Amino acid sequence: MGWLSLAIWMPIAIGALLLLLGRESQVQLVRWIALIGSLVSFLVTLPLYRGFRLGTPEMQFVENHSWIARFNVNYHLGVDGISFWFVLLTAFMTVIVVIAGWQVIERRVNQYMAAFLILSGLMIGVFCALDGVLFYVFFEATLIPMYLIIGVWGGPNRIYAAFKFFLYTLLGSLLMLVAFIYLYARADGSFDILTWHALPLTGTEQTMLFFAMLAAFAVKVPMWPVHTWLPDVHVEAPTGGSAVLAAIMLKLGAYGFLRFSLPILPDASREWAWLMVGLSLVAVIYVGLVALVQQDMKKLVAYSSVAHMGFVTLGFFIFNDLGISGGLVQMIAHGFVSGAMFLSIGVLYDRVHSREISAYGGVVSKMPRFTTFALLFAMANCGLPGTAGFVGEWMVILGAVKFNFWIGLLAATALILGASYTLWMFKRVYFGPVTNDNVRKLKDINAREFFMLSVLAVAVLWMGIYPKPFTDVMQASVDNLIKQVAVSKLN
Amino acid sequence: MIDKFSWVAIYPEVVLLVMACAIALLDLFDRSRGRIVAYVLSLLTLVVLIALTGMNAAAGQTIYGFGGLVVSDQMANWLKCFSAVAVAVAFVYGRTYVGLRGMLRGGEWYVLSLFSLFGVFVMISANNFLLIYLGLECMTLAGYAMVALRRDHVTSVEAAMKYFVLGAMASGFLLYGLSMLYGATGTLDISAVFRAVATGQIKHQVLVFGLVFVVAGVAFKFGAVPFHMWIPDVYQGAPTSVTLMIGAAPKLAAFAMAIRLLVEGLLPLAIDWQQMFGLLAIASLLIGNLVAVAQANLKRMLAYSTIGQVGFIFLGLMAGVSGGTALGAANAYSSAMFYVVTYVLTTLASFGIILLLSREGFESEEISDLAGLNQRSPLFAAIMAVCLFSLAGIPPLVGFQAKLSVLQALISTGYVVHLGLAVFAVLMSLIGAFAYLRVVKVMYFDEPTTVAPIQAPWDMRALLTVNGAMLLVLGILPGALMTLCARAIVQMLGT
Repeated sequence: MGWLSLAIWMPIAIGALLLLLGRESQVQLVRWIALIGSLVSFLVTLPLYRGFRLGTPEMQFVENHSWIARFNVNYHLGVDGISFWFVLLTAFMTVIVVIAGWQVIERRVNQYMAAFLILSGLMIGVFCALDGVLFYVFFEATLIPMYLIIGVWGGPNRIYAAFKFFLYTLLGSLLMLVAFIYLYARADGSFDILTWHALPLTGTEQTMLFFAMLAAFAVKVPMWPVHTWLPDVHVEAPTGGSAVLAAIMLKLGAYGFLRFSLPILPDASREWAWLMVGLSLVAVIYVGLVALVQQDMKKLVAYSSVAHMGFVTLGFFIFNDLGISGGLVQMIAHGFVSGAMFLSIGVLYDRVHSREISAYGGVVSKMPRFTTFALLFAMANCGLPGTAGFVGEWMVILGAVKFNFWIGLLAATALILGASYTLWMFKRVYFGPVTNDNVRKLKDINAREFFMLSVLAVAVLWMGIYPKPFTDVMQASVDNLIKQVAVSKLN
Repeated sequence: MIDKFSWVAIYPEVVLLVMACAIALLDLFDRSRGRIVAYVLSLLTLVVLIALTGMNAAAGQTIYGFGGLVVSDQMANWLKCFSAVAVAVAFVYGRTYVGLRGMLRGGEWYVLSLFSLFGVFVMISANNFLLIYLGLECMTLAGYAMVALRRDHVTSVEAAMKYFVLGAMASGFLLYGLSMLYGATGTLDISAVFRAVATGQIKHQVLVFGLVFVVAGVAFKFGAVPFHMWIPDVYQGAPTSVTLMIGAAPKLAAFAMAIRLLVEGLLPLAIDWQQMFGLLAIASLLIGNLVAVAQANLKRMLAYSTIGQVGFIFLGLMAGVSGGTALGAANAYSSAMFYVVTYVLTTLASFGIILLLSREGFESEEISDLAGLNQRSPLFAAIMAVCLFSLAGIPPLVGFQAKLSVLQALISTGYVVHLGLAVFAVLMSLIGAFAYLRVVKVMYFDEPTTVAPIQAPWDMRALLTVNGAMLLVLGILPGALMTLCARAIVQMLGT
């Protein structure tokens, strides 16, 4: 069993084990098993970093076994510079989420922890899969645990949100499945993604496949105008669910563009780049404005996620080195930052049971330690230099300016908008006089929360100050991708 | 006409018939409430049959018996094996339910089921139009009686009436079509019909006229729209144990009937019946999935879901000849076979859960009856959730593999129309997903009205767990079953 298989199946196996421990009296045991299990699952991804060879776009840690021989479906795993960091990020965030749910979740703890561990394994599977069916299986299977997480542990309107999440994303994925089967038939019976990369396709075929895949990935990212499920889901989901959704699940869609749309359909990608850039700019600017007027903290961060993911897709579809690696860096940074933002909101929500911005005020005077962390994450969300949020945005804007000055200029307005909504929210929640009794009774964070937030803070600062390890890993794969997308498949 | 192979070809049928008669007799002397003698003997018979047909299938020979009236090939034996498994599983699931409801104290349920299974066996093995018809009648007659077993129960009696009238009409359609074909070709032997039609000498009009009725008969048995009206009423009205019996194994028989009549007999007319299947598939996918969403009764919802699933099976059947290659045809029919087999497996588990939740004097039929099942029993909630997600076609469950194989057969033909059909099918399954999700929602998100834990006999609990696990295991490792279906179909096409 290779390292990638281990990274995928270990959390799933531990999750399944937790499901067998059904007793309510074993809650503490369940928590510890989940924590140790997620930690070990994270540790088994670390050898990947040590063993990763830089400077080659080839797939590494490849495992290839026949899976369904009749359809030539293989259990084919591997990572390159594009997918590598997401494996680690997923395993890392799972540990954080387990800690975040430690005391907060009291009902059906074993199912909660199991859902997150299984989800973690499935998402790592998405990033490692090099076979179309395998990818689809992991991609879709993530819906089941997430649906249950939202529906069982979510807020008052959780059922609506769970359905919306499931059906929206299922619709997209089903069209992608049809696209995959079409590619399978065109490739003389091969589901191998790398074979698809080299497959010649006509212009019409490419356009049709492009839109079929767009349906899946745009919903998942989510791009404007199919983003409406995200705020609803974020508001209703439990804290851990929001964190995983924002930190990892949204990345599945963006990752899909890089793994499928750009290399398999280069001509269609270039032809429709104007559309993608346009939608991305709308996401960045319009959704940024929408975020400005939100009353609910989670909704605000959800809209800010849409805007930040707009940056990612913008970076991808300007087809230069800075844009694509900037988009990738932004994805990882957004993983840390948005995860941290949602967890911070969770910390407040656990105490006051409200996410309304107006229910707070002057939190800093009661929770100084917590506010320090929150400030750091807010700054990262605005893209302050020295934090993770800065690197990706800056690269994408540079790339966009290189591509077209005006697009670069429009994208740069996002920095202003991002700073406005984040800081305005921060001011209203944390600063000013203490407005009500709820806030007056607040207690500062405990050791568990301190640990959780400081780990994220280290990640955010590390990535902001020294992003080289991240970009180094990507470089060769991004260069190769740019070459792939530049070469026409027609004639 | 009786040669040395004749008896070899029908060993399973002989065993089944003898045992069914013996059990009917012995049951007369059993006064116990649960009819333990009939139960144990029936299960033993089925185990013997499973072993026998399984060994026959593994041997892989094609044997014609009784002057070509019956054929025992891999497809026949595997389908028989699976239908025997289905009936055995239904016996285990239904035993308590039947015992508690005093359905003529239970014995008849076993005997009639065995007779129905006999009909299934005959249909699967038939190599002659008349024999198919005989098998069909034997299967459905037993079914009519079973639906009416609770004779003091108004909805059951009503369902039986509907089932009988519509079933008789369906048989009439089929018989009429077969007689037209007989008139045109002068033979009832399937391979002779094939040869006669293939000559192209026979008037196309007459053939197509007969064909329309045959297809209608097949569609009736599958419950495809617009011949679906009986399905929801019968599924809902019949005692759940009987729903399980007529919802599972007869689907395999209907599949065999479609293959024998249309592929083995009327393949040269494929261009005609294919289009009909396409239309039936579109209508079934549309109506089945749409109407399923609106149901409050779980059995009725599953009935409409059946109709939707049949749409997929028909898509697989219609994709067969269009590719033009034998490989393509084998691919398509085996994907349809895989779909039917796995669908039956899912049906068993889902109705098994409904049976489990029913207590004396209380039918757990409304979707709301499942409220908070996860809190009462995480295991059974998980099994039901697995069934529902599988029906919705979500990986890694087997329903996804089935849909995938049908869709790839459809798209691989390379026709743009088929691509459109595939897109239509996935959009419809999206709508269906809503219906299934609603049940999952009730089980996991709603609060239970009672917290009483669920009692289940150990055999049922174990079998349900295995059944649910199979849906996951076959979803992750579908290779063996797919290969099995492919081999069976290739052999069938080769002869």
